[in-house]
Amino acid sequence: MVEDRLGDEKLKTEHKLRAQIRALTDGAATGLAVLSTVLVVAPLVAIFIYLIYKGASSLSLDFFIKAPKPVGEVGGGMANAIVGSAILLAVGSLIGIPVGIAGGIFLAEFGRGTKLANAVRFTADVLNGVPSIVMGIAIYSLIVVPQGHFSAFSGGVALGIMMIPTVCRTTEEMLLMVPNAVREAALALGVPNWRSVLSITVRTASPGIITGCMLAFARVAGETAPLIFTAFGNVDWSERLNEPIAALPLQIYVYAISPYDEWHRLAWAGALVLIVLIVLAVSLVRYVTSRGVLKGAS
Amino acid sequence: MGVGIEVSNLNAWYGTNHTLQDINLNIPANHATALIGPSGCGKSTFVRCINRMHETNPIARVTGTVRIGDLDIYEDCKPVEIRRRVGMVFQRPNPFPTMSIYDNVAAGLKLNGYSNRHVLDEIVEKSLKNSALWDEVKDDLKKKSGASLSGGQQQRLCIARALAVDPEVLLMDEPASALDPVSTSKIEDLIFQLKSQYTIVIVTHNMQQAARVAEKTGFFLNGRMVEFDSTHKIFTNPSDKRTEDYITGRFG
Amino acid sequence: MPEIRISHAQQLPEPDSPGEKPSAKAAQHEASGIRSFLLSRGNSAIADRGFHWLMVLCALSIFGIVVLIASELVIRSRVAWANFGLDFFYKAYVDTYTNQPMYWDPVNGHFSALPFLYGTLVSSFLALLLAVPLAIGVAVYLTEMCPRWLRAPLAFITELLAAIPSVIYGLWAVFVLVPLLREHINPWLIKLLGWTGFFGNDNPTGLGFVSAGVILAIMILPIVSSLTREVMTAVPGSQREAVLALGATRWEMIRMGVLRNARIGIVGAVILGLGRALGETMAVTMVIGNSPEIHRSLLANGSTMSSVIANEFAEASSDLHLSALMELGLALFIVTIIVNALAQLLVWAVTRGTPSQVH
Repeated sequence: MVEDRLGDEKLKTEHKLRAQIRALTDGAATGLAVLSTVLVVAPLVAIFIYLIYKGASSLSLDFFIKAPKPVGEVGGGMANAIVGSAILLAVGSLIGIPVGIAGGIFLAEFGRGTKLANAVRFTADVLNGVPSIVMGIAIYSLIVVPQGHFSAFSGGVALGIMMIPTVCRTTEEMLLMVPNAVREAALALGVPNWRSVLSITVRTASPGIITGCMLAFARVAGETAPLIFTAFGNVDWSERLNEPIAALPLQIYVYAISPYDEWHRLAWAGALVLIVLIVLAVSLVRYVTSRGVLKGAS
Repeated sequence: MGVGIEVSNLNAWYGTNHTLQDINLNIPANHATALIGPSGCGKSTFVRCINRMHETNPIARVTGTVRIGDLDIYEDCKPVEIRRRVGMVFQRPNPFPTMSIYDNVAAGLKLNGYSNRHVLDEIVEKSLKNSALWDEVKDDLKKKSGASLSGGQQQRLCIARALAVDPEVLLMDEPASALDPVSTSKIEDLIFQLKSQYTIVIVTHNMQQAARVAEKTGFFLNGRMVEFDSTHKIFTNPSDKRTEDYITGRFG
Repeated sequence: MPEIRISHAQQLPEPDSPGEKPSAKAAQHEASGIRSFLLSRGNSAIADRGFHWLMVLCALSIFGIVVLIASELVIRSRVAWANFGLDFFYKAYVDTYTNQPMYWDPVNGHFSALPFLYGTLVSSFLALLLAVPLAIGVAVYLTEMCPRWLRAPLAFITELLAAIPSVIYGLWAVFVLVPLLREHINPWLIKLLGWTGFFGNDNPTGLGFVSAGVILAIMILPIVSSLTREVMTAVPGSQREAVLALGATRWEMIRMGVLRNARIGIVGAVILGLGRALGETMAVTMVIGNSPEIHRSLLANGSTMSSVIANEFAEASSDLHLSALMELGLALFIVTIIVNALAQLLVWAVTRGTPSQVH
């Protein structure tokens, strides 16, 4: 009898100890998770604060309207880089957005469930992970070498090709959200298939498709590596698409690794401008998608 | 004016599923014909064979003949062409969500290339009046979207959209099953008035509805058409025992 | 009964009534021609087929892009391949002046990729070492522990981290992170872990693998974290409930009910992060020191495959040099494709379908 009672006591303390350990572990895990979150959020906040602090002090009207001054001189801006980026992005969008949307239309409307569509989708996802510098040297080999010079055109092509997989996948996802009843209604009216896809299905999904394009746009807007060997950069304004052209991220890179303080200042300012534009784009995308992409289509 | 529909030896499959077996019937012009039967008996498939919507499913197959007027719809023309002559109203209202009421009604014409503004205005007004929706929406034609209406209004909008292309046949697949009783009775009134101008085929679960609006009724069971006769006869003195069992509620 | 107008199907002309506009009458006549208009539209078989093939073509362009990149790289690396063959990836030459091993020697036409393979692997694994625990921690917090109102803003912040361009990370790293490491962290590392032989103190600049590893870790965090979150949310609630019903604490529920089920997908997320780290160029180039040598110390300067391409491509001194860089690019291309394909397969196996985020 005494032994039993002793046994009981031992079990009870064992239970209590184990329960305490489990509770401690639970608390430790929670603590670690919170710590991780803080450690992740901290660099972001740090980067933003530092960017604003360093960049804002260098911003001026000159920054937005003037090209860089020669080395050693104070002043000048990155207007040529901003305009250059805009041109490169325009060329890139002209290539990437239509082809990407068309690819997405194929995946959602014509190829649904087929092996070809699965292969395309998989390849697009894998392509999204290819380093952008590889893209750059491939386009260098394809366009710059035969042409014999760097150009805005080759830079635009590089950016455009990078946009295609992203736009294709987001377009597909948005089109899949259009209810089938809408497609049936159009077909039953005797609307030709191509017209139904474009004027009804794509139009219904267009808010989402547009946000997908903006996402791809924001992503390539910050790319530097593919431009190093295609657009190459320019200290002055470019006249034609066949010339090397400045781009904002490329210029930031060149200035950042240079030994001149004045150029460092400009790099910070440029970085601030770039990050503000990208954050605006991403926030807009978030806002539109969270409000519900398809109003009334249920 | 509507036209008659002649169906001979119609068989339909979804993959290996033999959904319709040896359907033969003549649907009279300018009348309303109801198709009744338990769930899954093939009535919807049958109706979708008449405007060749059945074949939009990649695993669907059809054999047999369907003649609308004097046109063999499987041999003599392409699906797009037949769908412009046969209108369809679906079980759940499906107005185009991004388009206004006006654009919804005019869609069948605009998307086929018609652009004369005056005529389109006329047609939209006529169609909406024919579907008893005009008075409720005439002030908001271009301001409100098709999806912002109530369920019953949306269905009437879909009817107007189907009528706007001036079809010869109107197919209605359980048009009132998703609606409240008031909207249902409005739609039944509509069918009653429209049938003198179009050939209407209406699939319905509701036998009272069939009795109210249709002159002829067909009873479908397990993919076959069991009996096709005047509505009065089907509901008072059916020839086939299976019809009688269904009517009296022994199954289905 | 609602009043019904005569449909436009009937062709009876209306009698003239005073005040009726002529345009309306003409419209009515034309309206009855709707049927003939529609009949004349044809079956648009050509337009449909053309549209179909146009869409197919654009979809096939995805394959075309892969083929394009591969073929360009293969063509341009032929010279280097002919010269070195497989030796390119491991051979060590000898510097005649110092008798030290030398790998990348544009002057004498000797090219060996070994230091860059080493650099890529070391920096990437260092980044994974730092990023994966944090990413999983954040994912766990956001999916299982976070109060609802905090979830969206925190998720948004991690998304923003992914949107910051590489060059801005590099800029910040050069002027903030590297001095920070150099002044405060590196001496501490040398003191504590110098005995392992991996933390020598012969690099006063603060550049090197540690800096590269840290900035890479920050950059791959969002991807690993958001994908982990996705696979964790894909675990059905019934799994969580089953564990809780057995009397588990919250952490035990997470460990046994969620993480255990999601572990394949988490491995996929980690591999995806690795893929991203392998190919990352700009930020790494700016902080790794750009030295084509192999040192044991993690604080030493180094180079990665992508950083050496970025640095030397524009001024490649000879055809052989350029070809060697192209061959590096080809190797990088193949490796990242394999790694990413593997990662996609793993993630797809868990979420059973297309991931809802494009990275």
